[in-house]
Amino acid sequence: MAAPPTAIEQRMPSQPDAAADIVVFENVSIAFDDNRVLDGISFRLPKGETKAIFGVAGAGKSTILKLTLGLLKPDAGHIYVLGDDVTQMSEDALFELRRKIGMVFQESALFDSLPVRDNVAFRLLEEGDIPEDEVEKRVREALSFVELENTVDKLPSELSGGMRRRVAIARAIITQPEILLYDSPTGGLDPVTSTTIIQLIVKQRDVYKTSSLLVTHRLQDAFIMATHYFDRKANEMRPLPPGARGEVPMAFLILRDGKVIFDGDAKELAQSKDEYIREYIA
Amino acid sequence: MELISPTEFAKDTVQTVQDYSRLAGQSIVNLFRYPRYFADMLQQADLIGVGSLPIVVLTGFFTGAVLALNSSTTLQRFGSLSLLGQLVSVGMVRELGPVLTGLMVAGRNSSGMASELGSMVVTEQIDAMRALGTDPMKKLITPRVVSTVFMLFFLTIISDLLGLIGGGAVAQGLLGMDSHQYWSTAWQILTFQDVFMGLVKPLLFGFIISTVGCYYGISARGGTQGVGRATTQAVVASSVFILLVDFFATKLLMAIFGYR
Repeated sequence: MAAPPTAIEQRMPSQPDAAADIVVFENVSIAFDDNRVLDGISFRLPKGETKAIFGVAGAGKSTILKLTLGLLKPDAGHIYVLGDDVTQMSEDALFELRRKIGMVFQESALFDSLPVRDNVAFRLLEEGDIPEDEVEKRVREALSFVELENTVDKLPSELSGGMRRRVAIARAIITQPEILLYDSPTGGLDPVTSTTIIQLIVKQRDVYKTSSLLVTHRLQDAFIMATHYFDRKANEMRPLPPGARGEVPMAFLILRDGKVIFDGDAKELAQSKDEYIREYIA
Repeated sequence: MELISPTEFAKDTVQTVQDYSRLAGQSIVNLFRYPRYFADMLQQADLIGVGSLPIVVLTGFFTGAVLALNSSTTLQRFGSLSLLGQLVSVGMVRELGPVLTGLMVAGRNSSGMASELGSMVVTEQIDAMRALGTDPMKKLITPRVVSTVFMLFFLTIISDLLGLIGGGAVAQGLLGMDSHQYWSTAWQILTFQDVFMGLVKPLLFGFIISTVGCYYGISARGGTQGVGRATTQAVVASSVFILLVDFFATKLLMAIFGYR
């Protein structure tokens, strides 16, 4: 049995630096009924970095993403996204902010009555003033990014789980948001499809330098991301050269009993002496 | 069955009333705010209005027919069968047309809205919509409210007319009445107050059907079972609400128009 969790020491500045930190959580707590899911957690997501969030089921991983988007309000604490405190913003102001954020939901959350084209173009169509040709071009580009150009007229129900997840990624990236939030993008998928999805996330990180939070149960996915980079010329993900680990902007955050017990890179994670973490990564 | 404390019950009830009032108010306020979803309103008008036409036509026709049939025995007893047109006309236009159309549309569309929105909630499509920067209140709820209010008004007129035709068919076909007598008495008895009362009610009922359906849909929790529960609750609540509001609206309008 692992020892009780010890929250890591937080070195948080009094005021977040909006230029350097895309997302900042400051002493955030939230409870559902009597269950305190997050208990005063603090962390930051620097610009361009991808942070993988781990924890057992019910640890509050998806809750962090929903708090970042302002879909949930915390009971205490502050959350700064692109310099704005989402805990103090009205719903109308949040709609504006959310246009700069893309989210891939756990079960894709595609609109099941709309074809793939309209799902991917949803954000553009809502903006209203973009010509039809431009919308079509950008939908094709986004679908080509996830290698699903041929599904444009299909309904979500006609796609496999992995394809739906890729369409959800296309929908999230079509406006090239400043932040991407992935909620278990490889959950329930076979290893080959999972690797395809991870490759897309790595491509987004290394080609477009998008900051992202990635919730996952699969430690191997995050380790692949920490040890690989996207080669633009070859258009594929490749392992980092020996000795180059830590060269990609990838960090890990582990939650336990509502606290952050680890926040650091792959090297620090591998060297951690915490019994629970060692057991977790074993 | 799970027992809850009176305090919890009171809190839940107040919360429900508050959330419903907020949704209902917001659906009206959004009419005056951008963006407005005219295409969605048209689509919903087609689904709600045109889709409900068959049941409204059948309900209206047979209600008028059965009203004529049932009343005829009593009227014949007093030698007043010639008043049948008046009775069907006033009964349909003031009361049965709006209420029965409302109940039929509630059964069909309130449940449809609750199940559609409920499914969207449990599959995170509503969260996805918010995450994509679109307000579900404006995109999903206001178009449904506007379309239901608008279409129920016209569906009620159709139902009233079909009820009169149904009554006329019975009067002429089964009771051997002169059709001219039936239609002229049915027409002459109607006053502005009757028509006004009959056309104000569908506006109220349309609002009830759509807001109650949307409320139960958007607050659905607990997977497919929760969606099923929301659907049932939407039909029950909107039907009961229609009958309650019908009584108070009738009482109020009668007081305004000086009926005794």
